[in-house]
Order: sequence, then structure tokens, then C-alpha cells
Amino acid sequence: MSAFNAIGQEREVDQNEFTPEIEPQATWCPGCGDFGVLKALKGAAAELGLDPEEILLVTGIGCSGKLSSYFESYGFHSIHGRSLPLARAAKLANPELTVIAAGGDGDGYGIGGNHFMHSARENHDMTYIVFNNEIFGLTKGQTSPTSPKGHKSKTQPQGSAKDPLRPLSMSLSAGASYVARTAAVNPNQAKEILVEAIQHDGFSHVDFLTQCPTWNKDARQYVPYIDIQQNEEYDFDITDRREAADAMYETESALWDGKVLTGRYFKQEDRRSYHEEKIATGAMPEDPIAEQYFDDDHEWKRSYDLLDAHR
Amino acid sequence: MTANELVWRIAGGSGDGIDSTSQNFTKALMRAGLHVFTHRHYPSRIRGGHTYVEVRARDEPTKSRGDGYNFLLSLGDSFARNPKEEAYYGKEEVKPLTENLDDLREGGIIVYDSGLLDDEDLPDDFDERAEANDWHVYPLDLRAIAKEHGREVMRNTAGVGATAALLDLDLSYFDELMQEGMPEEVYEANYEVLTDAYEQVAAMDHDHDIVVPENDHESDQVLLSGSNAIAYGALDEGCRFIAGYPMTPWTEVFTLMSQHLPDFGGVAEQVEDEIAAATLAIGASHAGVKAMSGSSGGGFALMSEPLGLAEMTETPIVLVEAARAGLSTGMPTKPEQGDLEHVLYTSQGDSNRVVFAPGNVQEAYTQTRKAFQIAYGYHIPAIVLYDQKLSGELRNVDAAFFDEEPTPDLGATLTEEELEEAAHHASGKFQRFRHDPENGVSPRSIPGQRGGRFLASGNEHTPEGHISEDPENRVAQMDRRLRKMEHIREELDSETSHQTLHGPEDATYGVMTYGSQQGTVEEAVDRLRDAGHDVKALGVSDMMPFPEAELTEFLESVDRCLVVEMNTSEQFRGLVQKELGRFGPKMASLLKYNGNPFEPAEIVEGFEATITDGSFERTTARFQPAAGD
Repeated sequence: MSAFNAIGQEREVDQNEFTPEIEPQATWCPGCGDFGVLKALKGAAAELGLDPEEILLVTGIGCSGKLSSYFESYGFHSIHGRSLPLARAAKLANPELTVIAAGGDGDGYGIGGNHFMHSARENHDMTYIVFNNEIFGLTKGQTSPTSPKGHKSKTQPQGSAKDPLRPLSMSLSAGASYVARTAAVNPNQAKEILVEAIQHDGFSHVDFLTQCPTWNKDARQYVPYIDIQQNEEYDFDITDRREAADAMYETESALWDGKVLTGRYFKQEDRRSYHEEKIATGAMPEDPIAEQYFDDDHEWKRSYDLLDAHR
Repeated sequence: MTANELVWRIAGGSGDGIDSTSQNFTKALMRAGLHVFTHRHYPSRIRGGHTYVEVRARDEPTKSRGDGYNFLLSLGDSFARNPKEEAYYGKEEVKPLTENLDDLREGGIIVYDSGLLDDEDLPDDFDERAEANDWHVYPLDLRAIAKEHGREVMRNTAGVGATAALLDLDLSYFDELMQEGMPEEVYEANYEVLTDAYEQVAAMDHDHDIVVPENDHESDQVLLSGSNAIAYGALDEGCRFIAGYPMTPWTEVFTLMSQHLPDFGGVAEQVEDEIAAATLAIGASHAGVKAMSGSSGGGFALMSEPLGLAEMTETPIVLVEAARAGLSTGMPTKPEQGDLEHVLYTSQGDSNRVVFAPGNVQEAYTQTRKAFQIAYGYHIPAIVLYDQKLSGELRNVDAAFFDEEPTPDLGATLTEEELEEAAHHASGKFQRFRHDPENGVSPRSIPGQRGGRFLASGNEHTPEGHISEDPENRVAQMDRRLRKMEHIREELDSETSHQTLHGPEDATYGVMTYGSQQGTVEEAVDRLRDAGHDVKALGVSDMMPFPEAELTEFLESVDRCLVVEMNTSEQFRGLVQKELGRFGPKMASLLKYNGNPFEPAEIVEGFEATITDGSFERTTARFQPAAGD
């Protein structure tokens, strides 16, 4: 029997189970897109029948980092840009957990860019949600890696001289096996995509467009949007890396011009996730390592057995 | 100087097989019943450069390098005789004979490879010096012997054969080791090289008076380095996760753990950087696995941020800091003890961590185990601080020392049954960070456990983990985290001390050190006592929480105390003065920071110069580069 009984129990779930019983006062501004992520995540978790106690939600720092405070599950509110390495190790320690990492565009694409690239490359079985509002919010409106070229802020008073980053293309080329973009203004699609992303066996990256009514003054920043799966103009095979890359390139360029395209871009199902790969090569045991510590019958090897090489 | 000992130095360039040859030689001497200790000196490069390993063998427990050495096996520069490599590195690159002569004792033996070293390559004053120092010189064409029976690379084996002949060592130990470590045909060729060299040298006239002392271990001995001991301590304590990024000398622990963990049911991860490495350790520990990470100076600097996160979220982890000479990337392969303050105070806010600095191979094992017990028992990061010296040095240890049962207990962690009984908030949320535990430790739950839901946050937080800036909660949480340190100190005080006293308790003078210099200081104190000085030593291993009672007792008991450490800013002395300021006037410092660890004679000399010759005041003696360093 598992030492972690909350994991994998089939049950009917109401999405209110993911609302803390005594709800902390949300510190997000009125009209913030982050509410949309929270709602979509609750809906997706309920639809999947997850137990709040089998989920580990790891967040970074910033407005987005507070997601773990408002979503009822095991949570870890970590440090700026570091949610992914923390989440990766938790998944390796106990692959039966549902592991979700979340952070903002500064957090994930800026300070955590290195971790983002390598987590995608390793194809860990987890979902990574990036709240992309093209701005640093909690530190009051500085230019972020996804801010448009020419964006003026207190730290870039002459306007940013940099092209914004292409997060979808980045994760595809780094090796993510599921890549999608959705938006808080599109709640139905957002929930569907999160359901798919959490179910996906591998690293699923969801670039989640979230409007920032306070620092990106136009609260309707991502409206109107076009769902590429609902639009005949955008017909491509999401299992084909090259077609996905083209679609991503077009999507990202379009966003720079103010046209919002969302949807699923890439899905690769014939690739083992990282922990499965490690198990297959013998670098990791099949059963969760964490369970060993709760198993009174587990046989613990000792270093004394290694001493022959030293005699 | 100890007369009855062999200190064998094998010298050449990196890539010449100096390490593997010296390890086998050391093991052979151990099997022959001797007590052994090695000292490694190598440059930060893959091939070439000046490399040597000293193997000291005695008939009594050996815990330090010696002063100089009495047998040089100079392999010569293998590269300079290969036209391609000569063009690349230059002929002058490695001078294993010239570079090592300063530290060779009077009456010492030199075997050099005359196949690689013509007379014209010898230093101009070589004959003169050899005569003045009564050196016994044996030029031998090791390369030719190696080539004749096998391949050129086997000249190391020829050198060992020559050594055995000069010291009258039984070849069977070397023979055994070669058989164990080599494929059949390689072994056969090597065996021929070994015996041929042995016979050629045995036929020469010998008139030196260096003898290998006799000894017979009554118990089963093993040859281990400090890094071996740390890895084995971690495995025995149930550590099943390691994440790291390669950096000298931390790499030694990291590779050992990576090799063993899969067999032990664990997992090792080489990741993108040290920030990730320490953060992975936090993630694995949070999910219920005993986890470690580590690095050396510059890499540990990157871990400053996750270290603070582990402290604030009370996630147990063990970090290893294998110090090397700084500043910045400093001297990557040279030892120094300049990272103490870095390890004690790095990261924002008030330090809330435990730091051990083991003084020898055995302590590296026991204190790594203790680090895991404290980390998981108290939900606090524990750091094992050691350095390049202890990392790579080999010494023989009684195998029975490691015959210990593993203790994989996760520490203050609840089962689901216990969680049912545990305190919960009115909202149903588990109170992971309760204010009231007397020893400061609120037991934790593990994700996936029913009834244990909580939020771990690097922000200040309420008992159930919600972010909070409430002043009363803040003070209660800070005080609780601080309470742990008092209880850890009590636990450490109540068991076998980690501070190692050497010499009579009532001695007038003291010598104090921390970490890897312990053995050298002890040998120096033995010699000082033989010379009539009334002195004792204390090797300190508990850095944080500070062992106030034990150090007070020691410093009260002596008139004056010499503090020995390998850095320029007196970091250990500074720590003692911060904690126990009133003893400041009793202490003088002896510092060395040229990239080489102390030799015992340097400490003897430093003690006499600063403590007993009447010139004592708040003195700092700095060692200038000495011959052979």
C-alpha cells in the first residue's frame, strides 16, 4: 500500500475543493488576469478528479507566485525563477505526485530562463504555467522579457531596445513535449488546455496570457483573441515539430503586432518523460523513493558493503 | 623530524598516471602493514603541469603529511619527448626532477627516468647539490624497460619496481594489486616490467640508510579519502538524492554519490547550475527524500539564495562545501580555509543553519551522518565544510569503524496516522509551522499524505503557511526558529564531542585549529612536547552553533594559544573572538595561504616564534612560500 494515500484515488471532485476554506485575501488588483489562471486551474483539477493532497503546486515570486496561496493543495512558494528545479526534484522523489509549477514572464523567462530551458529539455512530467502579462507587476511596472520593443518604463525610460522573447519557440526548441498558449480572457479554452497539459506525460508548457490592468494600462490587452483551433485559416499538424514551429513563429510575431492567437501548438506523445527515461536506464528505482522511508521492511544498503574496493 | 619513516614522492605531469600509481603504492604499503597518509599536489589542467603525490608510511598512526620527503621517483616529462606534444606544450613544461629537489631531505633517494631526461636536462648544480645533501641518485631508463615488455606508459610500473628494490619491499603486494586491477595480458606485461626494473636496481650498489619501518595491522584496514567518507556517511544516513554541478574539489563527492546512488535505490542529478542543484535538494527533501547538494567556493556562492529558502521553509538539506583557494575562482586545485565566513553567514537575514568542519577522514564520515540527523531532526540546513586537502588525502582506517547500521529515519516527519492526531487550523489545514513546540521543531508532513496539506513559503508565514507580515506572528516564528539552535547545541553538548583534544588537559599552552589542519597540528604538538614544551591541541569541528562551553574551558585553561588556519583574514580566530571576545588577548595567529597545507615543522616553528620566545602579543605570523611548497 502506498504511504501517500491521497494519491491516485478515483473520486468526484467539486472545484470548490481547491478553494482554501478560509480564503486569504487575494492581493491581486481588480481585473487582474491572474484570477483567470486560478479559476482555470481549479476547473481543470476538478475535471481531472484530482485530490488537493496529491498535487504539489510550486510557484516562484511575484504576483503569479501567490497562486499557491489561493489554490488549495500542497504548495511551495519558492524563490524568484526557481520553481522548476524544485518541482523537478519533487517529481523524481515521488513520481506519483501531480506536479505543477507556475510563475510569471520575468520569473520564468528572465531570471529562471536557464531552468526553463533545461526543464523543457529533460521533459519532466509536469505542467509549467507562465503568467505572461509582458510586465513586472509586483515590483511596479518594469519592462519584462516579453514586453514589446519600445516599451517605456521607469527602468527603460527611452523605451526597450530589445525584441521580446519568443517563449513558445524557446520551449519547443529546448525540448518541451507539449506547448500551448491560452489567455485569461478565454476561460473555456484555458481550462481545456490545462486539463490536457496536466494529463500530458512529459513537460507541458502553457504560456498563459494574463492582462495587467494596473501596469499595462489597457485592461483589454489580449482582446480580441483568435483560437487557432477554431479558425480554418490556421490549419497545421500539432504533432509535427516543423509545422508547430512555423505556427509558433507566426503567433509570436502576431502578438508583437497586437494580434492575439491562442491554442495548442505542439504535442509529442511518443517520447518517455524524464523519470521514465531514468527508470529505463537503471538510474532510478521504479517505486517512489519517498516511499522507502515509510516502509518498515525496506532494506537499506550500507556503505560497509562497498569497502572491498578500499582494502 | 621522524627518522623512521618513508615519504615517497612520485612526480611528473598531469596525465602521467601519478594518481593511480600512487594510490596503488599506498594501498600496497597499507597491505604490508604500514600506516599511510597521502598528500596530493596538482595543477588545474588536464595534461602537463607539475604534479606530485607524497605517500608517507610509518609504523604508527599517520595523520599528516611529513616535512619534506626522502624518496623521489621522478617520471620525467612524457609529453616533451613526443614531437607533437613537445610542439604544443614546449619542452620546458614539466621538470619533475628540478621542481622537487628543494624539499628532498638529506640522505634521500632519487630515481629518475634517464630515458626521458638527458644529462643536459639536469639542473646545472645537480651533482653539487646531490653531493652536499648526500642524495643517492639512481638514473634508470624506465621508458626503455616499459617499452621492452609492453608499452611506454608502463614506466610507472618500472618506477615502482625500482622503488621496491631500493627499499627491499616484497613485490607480492604490488603483484596482487596489478592482478586485481588489470586485464590479463596487460597484467602480464606489467608484471614483466615490474620484475625487470626490480632486478636491474637490485643488482646495483645501495648505500642509503632509508628503511621502511615494520608494522603489522592486527585488524582489517581500508584506504579512504575525506570525500569517500562524506559520500559513505551520506549513504549510511539514508541519503537517496543528490543534485550537483561539477566543480573541483566538490566533484569528488558528487561523482562518488552519482556512482553509488542508483544501486542504493536513489537518484543523482547533474543539473544546469548550482542554484538549481541546491533547489533540487530542497524539492526532493520537501517530497520526502533525504537529499544533499554541495559545491566549492564559487558554486556555493550561487547556493546562497536556496540556502536561505531552506532555512525559511525549514526544509532539511545537507550541503557540502569543499573549499579551495579563493578569491573568486582562485586556485582551483589548491587548499585553503578561506570559506568559513562565507559558509557561516551567506544568504540574507539571520543565519539559521548548522555547520560542521570535520578534521580527518573518520570525522568526515561521522559528522556527515550527524549533519543529516540534525538537518532532518530539526528541519534546518546543515553544511559539511571541508577543503581540497581533506577531500583528496588518503589514509588507512580500521574497516570496523564503518561497520554501522544505517539510520534512514526521516526525522521529525509524521505518518498519515500521526497526522490524524496532529494540530490543524480551524480551516482544516495542517499546522506545519506551529509556534509552540518547545524545541522549536514543528513536525512536517509530506506531499501526497492525507491530512497534511500546507504551504511552504520563503516569505514569513503563519503556522499553516500563509504569507504574513503580522508583527506578532513574525516574532513568534523568528523565536521558534532560533530556539532550535539552542536545542541543537544542547544535543551536541550531551554526546561525544566533535572537538578533538590532543595532549594533557593541564598544559600551559594551546594550539587551536579547525577542519583539515587537525592532524598536522596534533603531530606538531607531539613534537613540541618531545622538545619540552607544555602544550596541547584542540581541533574544532562545530562551527555553528558554536561550542561555547568547550572552547571556554580550553581557552581558560591555557596561558596563551596559537590559532592555526589557512587563510589571511583569521576567520576562525575571528569567529572565536566574536563568540568569546574576552579571550582575544590570549590568542596569536599562524596563517598560511600559498596554496599548500601546513607541514608539522612549520607549526612547531610558528609556535616557538610567537608563543614561547617571549615576543607574544596579539601576533599574526604569515608563512612565506617555503621550499618545496
